Amino acid sequence: MELLIQLGFVALLLLVGLVFGRAAEQRHFRDLERREAEFANVLVFNERTPPQRPFREAALVVGSVVVAEDYFKRMAAALKSLVGGRLTAYESLMDRGRREAILRMKAEARARGARVVFNVRFETASLAEAGAGARPMFSAEFIAYGTALVE
Amino acid sequence: MELSNLEVIPGRQVVRHLGLVQGSTVRSKHAGRDIMAGLKNIVGGELKGYTELLIEARQEAIERMVAQAQAVGANAVINVRFSTSNITSGAAEVMAYGTAVYAE
Repeated sequence: MELLIQLGFVALLLLVGLVFGRAAEQRHFRDLERREAEFANVLVFNERTPPQRPFREAALVVGSVVVAEDYFKRMAAALKSLVGGRLTAYESLMDRGRREAILRMKAEARARGARVVFNVRFETASLAEAGAGARPMFSAEFIAYGTALVE
Repeated sequence: MELSNLEVIPGRQVVRHLGLVQGSTVRSKHAGRDIMAGLKNIVGGELKGYTELLIEARQEAIERMVAQAQAVGANAVINVRFSTSNITSGAAEVMAYGTAVYAE
């Protein structure tokens, strides 16, 4: 009986993760596309030196976000890693996080009146919790930063 | 204090290099925020509490770096880099470092 309750609980978490997690992810991707179009005129470069033009102002701009995977995808990824290969569940997480970080950096640049950001660097840090239960939580921080130049 | 992650400051001339400056802070993720984050982990998505926590931490790391730069008489920090590391489970270190310079 106890086993059944436990199994039922896991199944419920999986279902919640599958239904709500997927809906939230699709919503986020649509939102990303909309905002990417909106910020398309803020150009970002990973070039180290800006062109020799007179710029009025230079400012460090940073965009960051912490994202977590849903319960269903975490289980799916755990199963998939038994056989190895592509972990699509985590690929989409990385994609979402990095695009969100770039957009937040662009938003900061635009707020300062800049239209170009130079020397853009990415940083990813895993905030997985090794000790928390049998199935650790996984979340990752994404940072995008660069120097916004105001003409 | 001007911050830039370029090697130059556009429109200005670096006259003195004053060495590496850095600032860091260690923050624990286990505040009341952790309970919400735990719930959020079922459906996934952004963990806003953690995002804010790390932004605050980065701000503090920058402030400490700037304080060091001021102490050596710099008016700008160039080539700024950030790094975040998960030092033990539940705590993250945020670090900012760069080269302190005097620019005219």
